[in-house]
Amino acid sequence: MTGQNLVEVRDLRVSFGRRTGSRLHRWTGTGTAPREVVAVDGVSLTVAADETVGLVGESGSGKTTLARAVVGLARPDAGTVLLDGDRVGPVGRRTAAQQRAVQMVFQDPRSSLNPRMSVAAIIGEAWRTHPVSAPAGDRAAALRQLLDDVGLDESVARHRAGELSGGQCQRISIARALAVKPRLLVCDEAVSALDVSVQAQILRLLDDLRRRHHLAMLFISHDLGVVHQIADRIAVMRRGVLVEEGRATDVLGSPRHEYTRSLLDAALELDTEDSPPVPDPAGGEPMPAGGTSERTTER
Amino acid sequence: MSVLVDARSGQQVAARRAHATRRWLGRIPYVVLALYAVIGGVGPLLIDYDPVHVSLDDRLLRPGSHLSTGATAWFGTDGVGRDVLAQVVYGARTSVLIGVCTVAVSCLVGVAIGTVAGYFRGWPDMVLARGIDILLAFPAILLTIVIAGAFERSVLVVVVALSATAWISFARVTRSVALSIRERAWVDAARVLGVRPVSILLRHIVPFTAGPVVALATLEFALVVLAEAGLSFLGIGLPNSAVSWGQTIANGKQYLESAWWISALPGIALSLLIINIGILGDQLTARYGRGHLR
Repeated sequence: MTGQNLVEVRDLRVSFGRRTGSRLHRWTGTGTAPREVVAVDGVSLTVAADETVGLVGESGSGKTTLARAVVGLARPDAGTVLLDGDRVGPVGRRTAAQQRAVQMVFQDPRSSLNPRMSVAAIIGEAWRTHPVSAPAGDRAAALRQLLDDVGLDESVARHRAGELSGGQCQRISIARALAVKPRLLVCDEAVSALDVSVQAQILRLLDDLRRRHHLAMLFISHDLGVVHQIADRIAVMRRGVLVEEGRATDVLGSPRHEYTRSLLDAALELDTEDSPPVPDPAGGEPMPAGGTSERTTER
Repeated sequence: MSVLVDARSGQQVAARRAHATRRWLGRIPYVVLALYAVIGGVGPLLIDYDPVHVSLDDRLLRPGSHLSTGATAWFGTDGVGRDVLAQVVYGARTSVLIGVCTVAVSCLVGVAIGTVAGYFRGWPDMVLARGIDILLAFPAILLTIVIAGAFERSVLVVVVALSATAWISFARVTRSVALSIRERAWVDAARVLGVRPVSILLRHIVPFTAGPVVALATLEFALVVLAEAGLSFLGIGLPNSAVSWGQTIANGKQYLESAWWISALPGIALSLLIINIGILGDQLTARYGRGHLR
């Protein structure tokens, strides 16, 4: 891939439940059992500019925690996150440019927007926070353009987020992220909560936007079919550890790790159940037939 | 068939009537509170009253008696010949004023402390939680009495003394709301965006505390009015130049057997106000309280 890494994660380790064992908590007796759960245990990963990396793994494998560490929401115990080669800490300590550069789209479309704010106010907040990225001239026109970019009519600008559908909310979330002109978009199960037809639309939108805005993406999903559609490279996580990483075609085509194979098998089983006439693709292309056909219809 | 329909429509009419009755009953607190607000606001303009003017000719007159000035004392007079009706009217103003000020102060303090503790967690939260535990360990009225008794009697001291304990419930409620709202993705999204913490608190957290806080404010208002009357009754509340129900009730203490109206009438005014605020508070809690958050 390209030489310059936009984001580099080195030996990242994130755990939860440490604070409950702190001395102050013990002293006041407020802590629960001092139990530590290691969500991410020594993961190294790079995302180059213009590249989409798919991060797959089952629930609880640490994908979301890794993503939260990249955007600066989770505090790592060890290891570093580098942005353009500079070490970055929690989001509050990042410079404005670093904050802008990495944006996130969350899993639950409804709760990712403040239900009491209008769409215009939500986008306005992004522009107010980063005046550099705000449009120089007519904000109303820029807002219209931005909404058009994510496939929404300008009339939604007046609506409160609480009145919108799940798909619309997710488009607004994407628009909010794009409003500050990021370079990396972290999508944490961004399509998982949507129904299948909307899922395909949002995926197409993301694919389209990353091409147009030269976005790098860290695309997290438990759904191999979805990742397959969008990712250049795929990393597979299990129990906080990266078990396999490589080009999408390699990882899905000839998985080296047993866990990846079992994930693929699980996806296959589901797919063959849905469409019994498709013969079992023995050995060769292990991608489910449904997934491939969906892909061809889309592009 | 038509009989059936008639029977059903009859039931519906009865149900609708019951529903309408309940709705009208539900509005009683609003009416009563509006009445108090009007009396407290306009009454003092219509009725002339001087709390330090003594008229020994008119001592302990029964409700409805004629005064030496020729006017009628509808609520009677107290031990030094002052009109009880005027005291009830002026006392309403005092109670509402003290109640509004105290609830406003404690609401501001409580919401600020509660949201900060709930949002930032960590040591501010722990300090708050332990602090509340300590404050709750002894009776609220005791702390109020200590503060009110330690200073010169004035409106400010009463408001401060009452707020000293009233903010706690606001802080607890907003803390719990903030604890749940901070986990919502829109707060994370604002943080990722780089929105300043103060803006996150004001824009993404505080608006969601409004429902529970308004419901709580009414309940607190009732408690504050009662506590103010209690302080004045004990003689450590408002200065003697101010008119307060608590003082009037205390003045009538020694005449309870001979002149019941001095204590009873302001007492009834106080109870009516508190009962109605309580009912209103329950209604608001049911409508906007916890669990009805979006």
